[in-house]
Amino acid sequence: MKQNSLKGWFKSGAPGVWISGGAVSIAVIMTIGLLAVIAVRGLGHFWPADLIHASYNVPGLPAHLVVGEVVQKEEVPRERLKSAGLPVPDEGPEFMTRELIKVGNRDLNGTDFTWIVGDWLTNQTTPPELMAIERREWGNFYGYLVNVKEGGKVIAEGEAAWPQLQARVQRVNQLAAELKTLEKVDIGAINAGLERIRLHGRKLELDGKLDAAAQADLESERAELNARYKDIEARLADLHAQFNRDSLTARDANGKEVEIEIGKVVHAYQPNGMGTFTKMGFYFSKVWEFLSDDPREANTEGGIFPAIFGTVMMTLIMAMIVTPFGVLAAVYLREYARQGTMTRLIRIAVNNLAGVPAIVYGVFGLGFFVYVLGGSVDRLFFPEALPAPTFGTPGLLWASLTLALLAVPVVIVATEEGLARIPRTVREGSLALGATKAETLWKIVLPMASPAMMTGMILAVARAAGEVAPLMLVGVVKLAPSLPLDGNYPYLHLDQKIMHLGFHIYDVGFQSPNVEAARPLVYATALLLVLVIATLNLSAVWIRNHLREKYKALDS
Amino acid sequence: MNDLANSTMTTTSPPKRIDFNTPELQRKRRIRALKDRLTRWYVLVGGLAVLAAITLIFFFLAYVVLPLFQGADLTAKDSITPAWMQDAGKPLMIAIEEQNQVAMRVSDKGQALFYELDSGAELRRVDLPVPAGATVVSIAEDQPGSPLVAIGLSNGQALVFRHTYKVSYPDGKKTISPAIEYPYGEAPIALNEQGAPLEHVSLNATDSTLLLAGSSGAQLYVLSLTSEENMMTGEVTSEQTRIDLPQMTEPVKNIFVDPRQQWLYVVNGRAQADVFSLRDKSLNGRYKLLENGEAQVTAAAQLVGGISLIIGDSKGGLAQWFMARDPDGELRFKQIRTFQMGSAPIVEISAEERRKGFVALDAAGKLGVFHSTAHRTLLVDQVVDGQGLFGLSPRANRLIVEQGGKLQPLTLENPHPEVSWSALWSKVWYENYDEPKYVWQSTAANTDFEPKLSLSPLTFGTLKAAFYAMLLAAPLAVAAAIYTAYFMAPGMRRKVKPVIELMEAMPTVILGFFAGLFLAPYVEGHLPGIFSLLMLLPIGILVAGFTFSRLPESIRLRVPDGWESALLIPVILFVGWLSLYMSPYMETWFFGGDMRMWISHDLGITYDQRNALVVGLAMGFAVIPNIYSIAEDAVFSVPRGLTLGSLALGATPWQTMTRVVILTASPGIFSALMIGMGRAVGETMIVLMATGNTPVMEMNLFEGLRTLAANVAVEMPESEVGGSHYRVLFLSALVLLLFTFVMNTLAELIRQRLRKKYSSL
Repeated sequence: MKQNSLKGWFKSGAPGVWISGGAVSIAVIMTIGLLAVIAVRGLGHFWPADLIHASYNVPGLPAHLVVGEVVQKEEVPRERLKSAGLPVPDEGPEFMTRELIKVGNRDLNGTDFTWIVGDWLTNQTTPPELMAIERREWGNFYGYLVNVKEGGKVIAEGEAAWPQLQARVQRVNQLAAELKTLEKVDIGAINAGLERIRLHGRKLELDGKLDAAAQADLESERAELNARYKDIEARLADLHAQFNRDSLTARDANGKEVEIEIGKVVHAYQPNGMGTFTKMGFYFSKVWEFLSDDPREANTEGGIFPAIFGTVMMTLIMAMIVTPFGVLAAVYLREYARQGTMTRLIRIAVNNLAGVPAIVYGVFGLGFFVYVLGGSVDRLFFPEALPAPTFGTPGLLWASLTLALLAVPVVIVATEEGLARIPRTVREGSLALGATKAETLWKIVLPMASPAMMTGMILAVARAAGEVAPLMLVGVVKLAPSLPLDGNYPYLHLDQKIMHLGFHIYDVGFQSPNVEAARPLVYATALLLVLVIATLNLSAVWIRNHLREKYKALDS
Repeated sequence: MNDLANSTMTTTSPPKRIDFNTPELQRKRRIRALKDRLTRWYVLVGGLAVLAAITLIFFFLAYVVLPLFQGADLTAKDSITPAWMQDAGKPLMIAIEEQNQVAMRVSDKGQALFYELDSGAELRRVDLPVPAGATVVSIAEDQPGSPLVAIGLSNGQALVFRHTYKVSYPDGKKTISPAIEYPYGEAPIALNEQGAPLEHVSLNATDSTLLLAGSSGAQLYVLSLTSEENMMTGEVTSEQTRIDLPQMTEPVKNIFVDPRQQWLYVVNGRAQADVFSLRDKSLNGRYKLLENGEAQVTAAAQLVGGISLIIGDSKGGLAQWFMARDPDGELRFKQIRTFQMGSAPIVEISAEERRKGFVALDAAGKLGVFHSTAHRTLLVDQVVDGQGLFGLSPRANRLIVEQGGKLQPLTLENPHPEVSWSALWSKVWYENYDEPKYVWQSTAANTDFEPKLSLSPLTFGTLKAAFYAMLLAAPLAVAAAIYTAYFMAPGMRRKVKPVIELMEAMPTVILGFFAGLFLAPYVEGHLPGIFSLLMLLPIGILVAGFTFSRLPESIRLRVPDGWESALLIPVILFVGWLSLYMSPYMETWFFGGDMRMWISHDLGITYDQRNALVVGLAMGFAVIPNIYSIAEDAVFSVPRGLTLGSLALGATPWQTMTRVVILTASPGIFSALMIGMGRAVGETMIVLMATGNTPVMEMNLFEGLRTLAANVAVEMPESEVGGSHYRVLFLSALVLLLFTFVMNTLAELIRQRLRKKYSSL
């Protein structure tokens, strides 16, 4: 009876339905699972997790103390630990836990992270006075505060040291901001000025106009800049002295005392002593820091602001190029070209270009834009800078142009779709009233198709923002010395190389010397990128749906 | 009626006529017409320009690639008859210096004469210190690129000298002053102590040792000069060692020393080569160089690096030979490839200094330009009438041929000889390899490295990655598309479809990073779990389905039709959790605690952490939305009439699905798969990050790979603009472009036909 019914069930074809239904569920679960993993890992990074203090007893070795943050825990078969060469006892449970602990103190230990066997950790506590120090170099420090010194003299010890330290860290951070302004803005301006003078002189020399008067002119300008530089240098030295005034002494897990300059400290906090609300406050300040700060320590710490800025600049320029041209091509194809086999072929070709691998565009961009176009631009307009290339090297403009080329099919297809949706009657009405074709186009067709163009542009931006492969060839670097937009003439530096979110992920995740430390940051960057692109796409979908509703009314 | 009409006519005042032809309105109309025309032109030009810019990609790539396949180009200049030719004697050797300005000619009178390459004007004449009464009978150059020359004298002695060129700028003008130096002293070295003429010489110098070989008739003499500098005193002591080798039976024709001073090649007799091992001073073997019994060896030369010998014969044939390991492990002298130039005997072969190319001249005055590894005959051209002697410049772009008292300067343009169809796609037998292989290795640390540019391993990697990705994506995406389009409740479809399609926009760098940093280590640690997951999922789904059908009707009817996948979500999550949870236990029970070790030790399969399995999972995930979206459209737009008809005839929904819907929509599904394949082939970031990027040709699921796209991304920034490597990378981009373009166009055409078919139904 039962077997019969199973057979019957199979015969009815229901298994097929279930299997295909399962495929949908799997696809959805994979999608949501991926987003969830990225979200959890990306957001979790900023939370000030509790620090543990424990004794680690490897059988056969003297015990030592471990201080740090548990990053990852997993169950591992005992056999595998054994084959990894650990002194695992022959008898015991089949599985043991293995924990990845961020022990920090890279200057003392050599590494930030260490794998330990969880079963060998004993006397685990979370003392509230345990402190984490985020430093400008050498990563985090975990330990206990001993005292705070000013100019080498101890001014606070024990309990009293902590508020002193907080105040001094704040002071140092303000000084650091001042220093950064001086170094980046003021000295940057002077350097840009000097370079401009040098190029100007070289240009005059090439034109054969570099006479004594011109030379004296340049000299005086140069002298003025140098004088300004002297000024700033003095201020810098003063700030540096102030910056390095204080220091602190800390004790690590095994009782070793270390002196740390407060100038190197970004944050000092005691996570075990923080309440949930303090932690939340700290969390959001960390998130803000991530979004607004420059990267530190080979991009593995600090923020990603230059990458966000570079991505935004590049996509903006790309959108400014791609929208008019894409619309123009779509209008030509739909409104002016005679519909026939030729237009059909062109349409297929345009459609397919959207499917051409992005790296091909990168190769084209490098070969044509950078070397051919950029090389000619350099020879024609920037001969004074040669042999150092100005535009003949990968940069912002070429990256934007390459991506514009890559995204133009998206705009064409979307705009064409919008144009096709406009009922004929509307056009005919306009023409019948005596408007010319151009007037119909400008006053009737294009305004009605504008949401479609908008959709196309948003989709193009979404595609361009997420594309990395071509950018690796045409203008993205791991660390750009300055932003492409600043206060120095000509303000927008189209020839400069930029940082990019997507490339940042690739670079930090795969080229970084300290992958383990960088990993949380990569997840956070990935989350940001996913959010940006999902938002762009959803808004494009929303606009498209809205548009459809609108023309449904017109159709009837 | 009439009245009414009349009355209306009379009551209304006659309409005021508007004059449409006032000059003002006319002007306005003209302006409007002009604007219209302008817009038309603007759109026309602009639109076509955008479309042209897009097609420019293809043409530009082709334009960069094309020079790879063009042959060499030889331009002859006017021949020169310099005055010094009268008393200069017979030329033995011609060399050109690096700057292509000065040529050196060594004659049988023991004289080295330097002349200007372009004009033939004599610059300097140096009499070599040949002892009185002796004449020069033979000459030999060291490896290509080394300026060391040895001459064999009629009294059994040999003289070693070096030609150098000093560049100076007196009065801002570039001047090259040639000179002859004697690094081993001006006194000739006695090679044949009996004093018979040295008919052939050969030399090879390393930093410390000069190996000099010579022959008189069938007698062979090898001398090793070791100079040592005393660390304390700085005194240089040199030591001569005679190396005794078994003697020949037939007259020696050519002697070559391999630059590592391991082998001595002696061409002798009609066409045979004896190879001696200099390390253990024994004969490695005697090899027959030519199959044709009538032909004999007439010229031979070493290629740059000294590993290969090029043998030219009296029938115009050329062959490359080098030592390669037999299957039994013995090193043997093997013929690698052959070339044919003409029918006249080859008289001189000269190797390029920077590439594995060579130039040969035959007795009829024909010049041939070849490349050994690429197996290319780039050019065969008549340059002089009759037998002559030529010199090749270090950059292989200038040649000078001396024949019948005249100099014939030539320029040779040969930018990319190392690339050929066979080098790119077939197995190539490289030097130091024991058999022909597919290798991609574009750069290396050492200088005499030959780039190996076979696109086969990369293409193979590309297809392998795409294959594993499709293995996951195709069934999942198509099944999901069928279900969504046909079985799923409409309300749910509206929510599910955008979610999956949103994945299409997911930046691949994120998938790649996820695969490389999360999935790869995770898969490595949970191998049994991953495989059992793949097996258990379908079983779990079926069990769940069957259990559901056994449930009492009261429960079953509460679930509306088309909600199966919602029901399955907990089931799949449970099965997934279960397999991953069980993974370490299975590992302990079946694989001794570590499946990775088990795979590499017990199965003997290489296991890389970033392997094809990870790529398959990640890239499969990336192409699912592409396939899904198009296949779903195809299934969804199958006309309702067809399915309703089938259902009305009593078919179950599944029967209708398999026999009617899928068949009708199959072209659409097929085109969806093609587009997915196109995307998988061109995907860069995922493969770049999720594989080790090793260009191997193994179908092994656990080994890494390197794809065309990833290769371009990795190597493009470092390649020299305009070089062969650069152009080959462009070629791989072009291959990708064409491949995806063809795939997508086919898919598009199929879809358009399908749409037409539907509309007629």
